[in-house]
Amino acid sequence: MTPQRPAIEVTGVAKSYGDQPVLRGIDLTLPAGTVYALLGPNGAGKTTMVRILSTLLPADGGHARVAGFDVSKEPDGVRRSIGVTGQFSAIDELLTGRENLRLMADLAHLPRREAAARVEELLDRFGLTEAADRRSATYSGGMKRRLDLAMTLVSRPRLIFLDEPTTGLDPRSRRDLWKIVRELLGDGVTVFLTTQYLEEADQLAHTVGLLDGGRLVAEGTPAELKTRAGGETLDDVFLALTGHPATPADDSEADGSEADGSEADDNAADDAAEMETTR
Amino acid sequence: MTTMTYAARDSATMLRRNLRHMVRYPSLTLMLVGQPVLFLLLFVYVFGGTLGAGLPGGTGRADYLTYVSPAILIITVASVAMSVAIYVAKDATEGIIDRFRTMSIAKSSVLTGHVVAALVQTALAVAVVLAVALLLGYRADATTAGWFGAIGILALLALALTWLCVALGLAAGSVETASNTPMFLMILPFISSAFVPTESMSTGLAWVAENQPFTPVIDTLRACLEGRDPGSDLWWAIGWCVLITVLSYAWARRLFARVRAV
Ligand SMILES: Nc1ncnc2c1ncn2[C@@H]1O[C@H](COP(=O)(O)OP(=O)(O)OP(=O)(O)O)[C@@H](O)[C@H]1O
Ligand SMILES: [Mg+2]
Repeated sequence: MTPQRPAIEVTGVAKSYGDQPVLRGIDLTLPAGTVYALLGPNGAGKTTMVRILSTLLPADGGHARVAGFDVSKEPDGVRRSIGVTGQFSAIDELLTGRENLRLMADLAHLPRREAAARVEELLDRFGLTEAADRRSATYSGGMKRRLDLAMTLVSRPRLIFLDEPTTGLDPRSRRDLWKIVRELLGDGVTVFLTTQYLEEADQLAHTVGLLDGGRLVAEGTPAELKTRAGGETLDDVFLALTGHPATPADDSEADGSEADGSEADDNAADDAAEMETTR
Repeated sequence: MTTMTYAARDSATMLRRNLRHMVRYPSLTLMLVGQPVLFLLLFVYVFGGTLGAGLPGGTGRADYLTYVSPAILIITVASVAMSVAIYVAKDATEGIIDRFRTMSIAKSSVLTGHVVAALVQTALAVAVVLAVALLLGYRADATTAGWFGAIGILALLALALTWLCVALGLAAGSVETASNTPMFLMILPFISSAFVPTESMSTGLAWVAENQPFTPVIDTLRACLEGRDPGSDLWWAIGWCVLITVLSYAWARRLFARVRAV
């Protein structure tokens, strides 16, 4: 990835499930070495966007280049350049934390000695050294999330996708994760993250994109958006620019198709509420 | 060249992962060996006296042990193959498959890792079951060529049933379904020459038994172990195994391209 080339260039990306459009033409550009936060409520299409950019899902229309490679024509080039931490846990629960990281190091074709060193380094950095030889099924939610992210970083990707990295984490774990994202940024890594937390975008991102109704309804720095909307919090921004709040209080009308996600959604709403009150 | 070495290396990594799973999940592994052993004991000590007397030229239990032991080896192969469907379905329904799919790794390595791990497990399970049969007094009259033939036909069957179960596991969509759909692999040997000669079955069933894949495979194995020439059964057995392998492999590849965690 050359520094002058944007890390992500997307034009007109569209995706429907059956006759239900989820993305209706997304354009966005992400310069290398910056953080982009895609902000949207449940069912807005954040995960769909991440899956398209990380080669898991073909788009119906439009073009997307990631790390200079065409997502549909050169998926392997994209895969060599990225690391992905999905919304849901992607660890091997029958393996220990150390074995999970070693699995990633082996699949990244690191030489034996380098692999071992990298595994220890990441265990240490993510506070997992003590639990390293325990089966990861026994880890707490926060530990699993950290292991998940550590696995993504094994191969030192220059561009990482984090799909709702802090959903379900307590405030302290959330701040720990923010710190890690900032460290990555310091190393020159480009980060594309999604979040339902307005404060998170505010804290981390250079650019925030508001996803609503399958379109990017607003995009800019957190400060720009606040000025444009004449509001203090990004919540005000969302309300001003979309005409409705980011996290609808009544979840039932938000999205009927997420049958098994309701519990997580409730937690998310609670967390968001809690965050607003702790500011 | 490098593509090939990477594919081999990734497959070896996946194999290590799958072998670890088998060690971490010993109840399944034990069941895979325990079930055929139980069948062997049941068929020899409960049914064996009567069934042995009913064999052409047979006199009793000892004859039935000779007759049924190769069949139990076939059951062992089927039993291990069925577990692959469970392992594959578990993988395919969990987030880790998406992680693999966003990594620059040889695509085939995930499935190859499962298949090779299953073949290793099959070899171990067959060895254990054969040892139990020998303990009970089973003796094979095989020539050296016969032993090679026996190992070869068991390996071919294992490859065919394992790829079939990989495809069934991918098609299942859930671990529960994956533990049920391959059940027919346990039923089919009963409607073959595995436990009783097909001539002794009712006409309709005998026709099914004579024309289904398990019969030539088991007849070939029996001939190899008894030091006889399997004749045309060998070609039927190889043909069936190759056909099942090729079709299942193609099916599994197609399903794998579409797999995504939910
Ligand atoms: N495989 C699928 N089949 C049908 N519809 C789907 C599928 N995947 C996602 N959808 C629908 O697409 C829409 C966007 O889903 P997506 O997962 O991208 O939202 P999201 O913004 O990530 O939401 P959340 O915050 O809940 O994770 C939802 O309405 C969802 O129900
Ligand atoms: Mg999502």
